[in-house]
Amino acid sequence: MTAPSDPEAALRSAHREAGQGPIRRITRMTLDHPLLFTISVVSTLIAAGLQLTIPLLLGRAVDQTQGLLERPDETAQGALLLTALTLLVVSILRGVFTMAQNYTAENLGHRVGYALRLAVYDKTQRLSFSFHDKSHSGDLVTLGILDLEGVRMYFSTAFIRTILLTVLIGVGAAVMVSIDPVLALVALCFAPFVAWRSSATQLRMRATWLELQDRLAVLTRVMEENLGGIRVVRAFAGFRHEMFKFDRASARAMQLAFHRVALRVRNSSAMTLSFFAAMGLVLWVGGGKVIAGSLTVGELTTFLTFMTILQMPVRQLGLMVNAFARAGTCGRRVFDLLDREVEIEDAPDAKPLEIGAGTLRFEDVHFAYPDAPESPILNGVSFEATRGETVGIVGPPGSGKSTLSHLIPRFYDVTDGTISIDGQDIRNVRLDDLRRAAAVVQQDSFLFTTTLENNIAYADPWATDTRIAGAAGSAQLHDYIIGLPEQYGTVVGERGVSLSGGQRQRLSIARTVMQRPNVLVFDDSTAAIDAATEARIRAAMEEEADSRVTLIVAHRLASLMHADRILFLDKGRVVEEGTHDELLAKGGRYAALHALQTRPEDDVIAEMEDAR
Amino acid sequence: MSGAEMETATNDVRDDGRRPFRAVVGSHRVEEEMFGRVFDGKVVGRIWKFVEPYKSRVWLACAAVLTFTAMQLLIPLIIRYAIDSGLAGEDANPGALVWCALAFGAAVLVNFGASWVQEMSVGRVAENVLFDIRRAMFEHLQRISLKFMDKTEVGRLMSRLQGDVNSMQEFLETCVLSIGDIVLLFGIVAVMLWLDAPLALMVLGVIPTLFLVRIVWLPRARAAFTAAHEANSRVNGALAEAIHGVRAVQGMERERVNFDLYTTMAYDTLQAHLRASRYAQIMVPIVDTLTGIAMAVTVVVGGSMVLGQTLDVGVMVAFIFYIQRFFDPIRSLTMQYSVMQRAMASGQRLTEVLDVELDVTDKPDALELTHDMDGRVEFDHVTFGYDPDKPVLTDISFKVNPGETVALVGPTGSGKSSAMALIHRFYDVDEGAVRVGGQDVRDVTQESLGREIAMVLQEPFLFTGSVLENIRYRKTEASFEEVVAAATAVGAHDFIEALPQGYETQLGERGGNLSLGQRQLISFARALVADARILVLDEATANIDSYTEMQIQKALQTVLEGRTGLVIAHRLATIRGADRIAVLQEGRLVETGTHGELMEHGGLYSRLYNMNYASFDDVPQDAIQDDEGSFRS
Ligand SMILES: Nc1ncnc2c1ncn2[C@@H]1O[C@H](COP(=O)(O)OP(=O)(O)O)[C@@H](O)[C@H]1O
Ligand SMILES: Nc1ncnc2c1ncn2[C@@H]1O[C@H](COP(=O)(O)OP(=O)(O)O)[C@@H](O)[C@H]1O
Ligand SMILES: [Mg+2]
Ligand SMILES: [Mg+2]
Repeated sequence: MTAPSDPEAALRSAHREAGQGPIRRITRMTLDHPLLFTISVVSTLIAAGLQLTIPLLLGRAVDQTQGLLERPDETAQGALLLTALTLLVVSILRGVFTMAQNYTAENLGHRVGYALRLAVYDKTQRLSFSFHDKSHSGDLVTLGILDLEGVRMYFSTAFIRTILLTVLIGVGAAVMVSIDPVLALVALCFAPFVAWRSSATQLRMRATWLELQDRLAVLTRVMEENLGGIRVVRAFAGFRHEMFKFDRASARAMQLAFHRVALRVRNSSAMTLSFFAAMGLVLWVGGGKVIAGSLTVGELTTFLTFMTILQMPVRQLGLMVNAFARAGTCGRRVFDLLDREVEIEDAPDAKPLEIGAGTLRFEDVHFAYPDAPESPILNGVSFEATRGETVGIVGPPGSGKSTLSHLIPRFYDVTDGTISIDGQDIRNVRLDDLRRAAAVVQQDSFLFTTTLENNIAYADPWATDTRIAGAAGSAQLHDYIIGLPEQYGTVVGERGVSLSGGQRQRLSIARTVMQRPNVLVFDDSTAAIDAATEARIRAAMEEEADSRVTLIVAHRLASLMHADRILFLDKGRVVEEGTHDELLAKGGRYAALHALQTRPEDDVIAEMEDAR
Repeated sequence: MSGAEMETATNDVRDDGRRPFRAVVGSHRVEEEMFGRVFDGKVVGRIWKFVEPYKSRVWLACAAVLTFTAMQLLIPLIIRYAIDSGLAGEDANPGALVWCALAFGAAVLVNFGASWVQEMSVGRVAENVLFDIRRAMFEHLQRISLKFMDKTEVGRLMSRLQGDVNSMQEFLETCVLSIGDIVLLFGIVAVMLWLDAPLALMVLGVIPTLFLVRIVWLPRARAAFTAAHEANSRVNGALAEAIHGVRAVQGMERERVNFDLYTTMAYDTLQAHLRASRYAQIMVPIVDTLTGIAMAVTVVVGGSMVLGQTLDVGVMVAFIFYIQRFFDPIRSLTMQYSVMQRAMASGQRLTEVLDVELDVTDKPDALELTHDMDGRVEFDHVTFGYDPDKPVLTDISFKVNPGETVALVGPTGSGKSSAMALIHRFYDVDEGAVRVGGQDVRDVTQESLGREIAMVLQEPFLFTGSVLENIRYRKTEASFEEVVAAATAVGAHDFIEALPQGYETQLGERGGNLSLGQRQLISFARALVADARILVLDEATANIDSYTEMQIQKALQTVLEGRTGLVIAHRLATIRGADRIAVLQEGRLVETGTHGELMEHGGLYSRLYNMNYASFDDVPQDAIQDDEGSFRS
């Protein structure tokens, strides 16, 4: 077990220099680990130096061997032995320093990745509903995985590699020039071409890669939706249509994939060709010089070895350029997310929520979704409910019932008017207090892939078994659970046992009850539960209902009948309000709805037509 | 509890010092086998079928790899020849040097051609195979019985279609490269032995050492790599879950606890990565040391051999070049070994899906159900169960005459949805037959069944795209007027018009920017536009208020004119409007008839009806169980 390194420091590191360019910010983050940074830079310099000594040593060895032929004495043999030993020691040291360089660079990269991982997680969890409504969850996950990877790789593949390549190529060229300028020119003639070629290609590869990702994302969506909605696909004999969609997306992706293969191959073949051509030239020109006596065989070997050693770095220039480009785009996306303002958070002077009489009050509440400000969803809703009261809400689809429910825990902020609990505007109290006090049983509930017990105790992971069983009991789920082989230990959720719609809704009721909220909202969360079970749930919660405000959104009027007050919502307005009996007596829309549910349709329609 | 969960479960949360022992973040991911056997004949055989269409290109690539490798071996030899016969000693021969340069040039050109051919054909074949396998799987999934799809999560299938298919691509590329590496390794050894056997044997002495080191290293390193990979996918899984479930997380105020758990998880992942990195890097100095030894030996021993006139200087130089190369193939071969194993595990999983038998298929001589068939539906002694031992429907027989609307009534779990699924042949019956338009559904094509039967399912599933595209999902050629007419009929037109771009508005992820009821209305309109002979509604109005439902019912009365309707509903008002009613209970048909007939018959239906509940759902469970009819409300 490892003790987490300070997550606060990690978050601070990830948020440093907000607003600056991504490369600068990533580099700044690496400086938060000065020791690792220094070790890796120093190791890189040493490893590069050692790497360059090897061709010199090899060349010297060849010359000494040839010298031996002419003057085979003790000192010459000793010198050769010394060269061999140096070669061995230099090789070992090079290995050790390369290891140090690689390991510290990766270590540093992973630490930067760790900080960003925490920051991304933290941010996605704090950004409000309106952000998540707009963004595709798949894209966010990709950002958290692939873009993070791109940033993490920056230090080793871009930063350190730049140092390494600069030293290798620069010093390597200098050494070659010092031995023989003409031959050095011949040997290095391939370098600018390859460097340019590989950088240009890598940038193009990167552009096509991004494009390919987009095309593959389309393909993924086609497949995912097809499999998720397989019943609809089958029900409408969508086979051909779906295959058509698939083939179209697939062909677009494949075309680009082919293009990329061609790009890559053209590039790597051309680079190999020019490299070997230069090597052939060196052999030819250098050979001529050896014959002419102006170069030794050892020096020629040095040149040829240098070329083999320099081949890699020159090719890698392209990778380096690519790594910078990648870190730039990935970093921009990651930092854009991190810099995004959290729309709903504690006001600077937020106070703890103090619950007294437990009165929930809507005062002329107006609301429009941030991405459609011109179409208001709620137009002046006002009502009030105190502890122990139940308010029923009914209305046609799209009338704003779910929207209204989501305003209470501040999933969205009202555009006008106020919502208050015991006189405290919910925008002025601490968000965690508020969300603990106000809970919504969502219409479509998300289950976490874990045990039933963990799911029920989600809001209160410290809860005792008894309380969990109690909540499951209230939600009429306990009997079902203890009938399962693993009982409360059964894993549910996306990758677990699948529950029916009604069971999911009951689970979601149970976990909300665990929260012991002061305001409990059922947002159409009993549609898949039969009325008898629903009545039992209601009865089981009767006692606790005295200690809180309950809001019930439902279509089945039997669920609302017992409410202290019923609101009929239409187009974001409360059009009727009163108790069940009052509303029936009023003979308005609620009464019509009631008539529809209890009596044969024809009579009701006839009656309504009479009334006109 | 899994190990991972135990780990996270015992961590402290700083919040108030207590342990949230029940809190986990995304740790229940069932890890899949990462490595399989190196070679699994069955899997390779299955995958080979996908490669076969491109086999000429594969052989070409193999030939190119061999040529390429041969050139790699040749180049140091040319250098050696240049040094020994062109440069060294007194008998230097400029002619030989020119000759060498020409040979070098030729080798370079052949090398270029071969690497071009190899990379191009392998790259393309691998892409082709990747897309082919994916398409074959996707197509297969379109035909596989829903029994399989019911049991398998989408996420799991997606990882087949993406990860596993990708690793097959990697496998193909690796295969060809491995051939090259093996040949290169043996080639280097052979050439060195040929150049000078004693020196070669001494130098090659380091190879067994390297192999020994790798044998000790591999299992440990692999365990570390696997651990890092798993930790990584766990932490990514937790992130994905957090993003998908963010509304629930915020609603239940779990951000702080989750962040702490996630911190631990991310930190463990960091440690796992560092461990793997240490294993990977430890090989660097080892290989470098061995290279150093080999070079030192070449210099010392080679030097004294040159002195003793038993070795040419050029051979020594060639040795130096070969030594720098021969660790590469060993390194990449051990790498490829893991790729192969991973590919076998993936191939195994792919084969599993590809080999799921199609139990619901069109007969070779299947008929087309035509649009002018009469639309009758008949259940003839049908018995069916998802698990054959546990029938969900037992000996069901009833007829729906052309143009009739029949309501299917019964408590939850009585088998209504299952019966509807059989009409569409989502599943095949175990006994008896389902006939549509007088034809056994097993004798007609599934495509034509889908065309003539439109369904509205309880869960409204919408696709990415505009509202318009969604409504005309079945009938892409439907005119805009038809779409508007259908939307108007179900009362969806007004809200669609109010959307920012009306019918062209793009829906969010699964229609997220619409309310659930609105999504349901759109799925209704979609069924209307399909213009099928038979319309099946499965509790399609659960999320809709009664008033809207009534509007839909009225629309349906027009739509159902001349069509056959099968309706599962709860509200007595809707049910009473049907021509006939079939009452199901525990998978058996207990009565059928018109409302009047059933009332007269005095069975379950009349009892329920007389209890004056608005809907069958409202009837207490015990009242249904009570067959004696003694229940009074
Ligand atoms: N996330 C969202 N973004 C934009 N518009 C939305 C969003 N959610 C719902 N709407 C719109 O708000 C209106 C009210 O929706 P909702 O409150 O869900 O209705 P209901 O009363 O059926 O629960 C609908 O017209 C819907 O299209
Ligand atoms: N895909 C499925 N796989 C296995 N069992 C199922 C499946 N769908 C339904 N069942 C089971 O079949 C029985 C009948 O279910 P269903 O036809 O959905 O009933 P109804 O629609 O009347 O509520 C239930 O016991 C249910 O658990
Ligand atoms: Mg709603
Ligand atoms: Mg059903």
